[in-house]
Amino acid sequence: MSPTGDAASEDLSFHPDTVPLAVHDLTVAYHRKPVLWDVDLDIPEGKLVGIVGPNGAGKSTLLKTCLDLVPKASGEVGIYGKPYSEQRHLVAYVPQRESVDWDFPVSVLDLVAMGTYRRLGWFRRVGKKERDQAMQALEQVGIAHLADRQISQLSGGQQQRTFLARALAQDAQVYFMDEPFAAVDAATEEAIIAILQELNQKGKTCLVVHHDLATVSRYFDWLVLLNMRIVASGPTKEVFTKENLEKTYGGRLSLLNDAAHALAEVVR
Amino acid sequence: MNIISVISRLQVVIVVCLIGLFLVSCSNGHGHSHGHSHGHSHGPKPGGSLARTEIVWPTAEEITDVAFLKNYNTRLVVISATCLGIAAGIVGAFLLMRKRSLMGDALAHSTLPGIAVAFIVMVLMGGEGKSLPGLILGATIAGVLGLLTMLAIRNTTRLRDDVAMGFVLSVSFGFGLVLLGIIQKMPQASAAGLESFIYGKTASMVAVDFYLTSGIALCAAVATLALFKEFTLLCFDESFAATEGWPTLWLDILLLGLVTAVTVIGMQSVGLILIIAFLITPPAAARFWTNRLSTMVLLSAVIGAVSGWLGASISALIPRLPAGALIVVVTSSIFLVSMFLAPSRGIFARSWRQRNLRKKVDRQHLLRGAYEILEANSFDSEHVANRSFSRAELLAKRTWKAKQLDRIIKAETSFDHLVAGPSGQLQLSESGFGEAARITRNHRLWEIYLVTHADIAPSHVDRDADMVEHILEADLVRRLERELRNRGASIPSPHLIPASTENPATAS
Repeated sequence: MSPTGDAASEDLSFHPDTVPLAVHDLTVAYHRKPVLWDVDLDIPEGKLVGIVGPNGAGKSTLLKTCLDLVPKASGEVGIYGKPYSEQRHLVAYVPQRESVDWDFPVSVLDLVAMGTYRRLGWFRRVGKKERDQAMQALEQVGIAHLADRQISQLSGGQQQRTFLARALAQDAQVYFMDEPFAAVDAATEEAIIAILQELNQKGKTCLVVHHDLATVSRYFDWLVLLNMRIVASGPTKEVFTKENLEKTYGGRLSLLNDAAHALAEVVR
Repeated sequence: MNIISVISRLQVVIVVCLIGLFLVSCSNGHGHSHGHSHGHSHGPKPGGSLARTEIVWPTAEEITDVAFLKNYNTRLVVISATCLGIAAGIVGAFLLMRKRSLMGDALAHSTLPGIAVAFIVMVLMGGEGKSLPGLILGATIAGVLGLLTMLAIRNTTRLRDDVAMGFVLSVSFGFGLVLLGIIQKMPQASAAGLESFIYGKTASMVAVDFYLTSGIALCAAVATLALFKEFTLLCFDESFAATEGWPTLWLDILLLGLVTAVTVIGMQSVGLILIIAFLITPPAAARFWTNRLSTMVLLSAVIGAVSGWLGASISALIPRLPAGALIVVVTSSIFLVSMFLAPSRGIFARSWRQRNLRKKVDRQHLLRGAYEILEANSFDSEHVANRSFSRAELLAKRTWKAKQLDRIIKAETSFDHLVAGPSGQLQLSESGFGEAARITRNHRLWEIYLVTHADIAPSHVDRDADMVEHILEADLVRRLERELRNRGASIPSPHLIPASTENPATAS
């Protein structure tokens, strides 16, 4: 929960400041049960990156750890060569849709304008400039006509577009998205992927936690296969192989899992 | 758009009102404080009235006195309760939206030992034990300790929130009661009235206490409004707020600190146990009327102010009735009225809408049933003829009860969709026939769409189609047609679709 204050002491010299996301030796544990083990990752700039793995593989945790939402047991994360706490202005985040209460009394425009709060700073109110930016983001995702609607009246796909619009209003270089395609209609999925490709063309980097293996090679040009540790990471064409998928989803990691579980039992 | 921009300035309005109220009462207070404060401080004396068995109803003159705040003491009590209401309404709105109502309650209970300890310390130092500033300080310290204990339990152990809250609430309240028991036995102290902090009772109020409580209420309200944007983000999406660098833990502590502030200044008039109702009920009532947070906070402040003012006034008129309980009764009444009568979220409005939808669905089922009978009796499904049919045929069409069917037939007759012949035969009118064709067509379009696009087993289709087809709008129907033409043309349809061009009612 609390942003890690010791980030400055991390040794980040090993990754250059041209790399949007570099993860080194990252281990994360919930209540002593490891969720991520020794993760090493370098994401080149301007890629559309899919993060794929079975349930409980730690995909969301990886994103949250990069954003300092989950404390690290060990390891470092660098955003363009610096700790996240210094690079917030370069990052936008789309949380899972279910993580918020959609009966909250705000309008779609209010929600999207939250993407401008950090630039506004303490105490200052949302003004015309911020509303314009929010409106522009809404137009980009194709739901400008819903701006005044209360968020509880949105469909699942519209909710996801609203979240995406908020991330666009953050105006970042790197986009972290947690399952943006979960339970949305086909039209929304197409619209979202079109926006991701547009961001990609502008040289932005997008990291997307994804579930549907059928669309992986169509959507992403870079792929990270994750199951507690990195199984493979690289261009989708090279990484998206039957063998790698078996390693990710098959039972070959059961020994590691058992060991982790045994460890958790001992230290509890 | 104008209304919205006006509402967005509401914070300014509330602040101005609060400051105005505060200044007015200050200036009036000084004018009277020498002449009246002593004379009237004995006025409504709850201690004496407790012995009485009957409630003495106020005279008209007494009512106007209280309504126009003519009595100095009443004025202090009523205005401070009103200020408290405004602060409670504003702070409570965010407490409610943060879903921390129970934590607020635990916090309120945890202030009791602080009050008792402050009293003991002040008596041991040779002072007057019941000095409000001292008691407020003690309560605040205890409240902060309670809050830190809850956060520590939650963050360092694997126990969950509810355990932490239950633990702090019961343990500290029990400890406070023990301390109160000890105070009763202290020879040098007169602790009478200290228990009234538990239930709340507006006795007479001295000017210092008034300035203190109203001043803290003002500060709490202003601080909350100043952090409107930050608190909104915290309440709606905590993890997003954290990624953007907002100190969510400190904002949380600050919000609960403001709750503590409202609690301690409310202990005189509302009491520790009931204060949570004063914090939660106004925003909960306001939520029924609006979907905008800014409007909700404004309404909540108004409801809190009205409750505080009314409750304290009635208590001043009928001293047997404690102000805290009256305030909560007023708030709860407003809440109940809102819950039932609010236009879009209220229970009545909702059940009315549901009832109308149910009726509409029933009538559409009848028309579709009739159309299907006609269709079965026609030689050619392209040319369905509008003949007469019997009630028994309709009854066999669906699993509806005879009485229910009669009611629907009656309703459709009154809509001129159905004409009953002399021998009990039924026939669709021209408009009824067009409507029936349209409904049947929508139903089948929707069915086909579900079968071909939504991966629903065909056996389940009819029920789901039943639910949605009744709310299909013209635009959606056109999109369905286009979609099916583009993608589903080759897929066999479960039933035939009546041609849409043959009836004039489609356009309506």
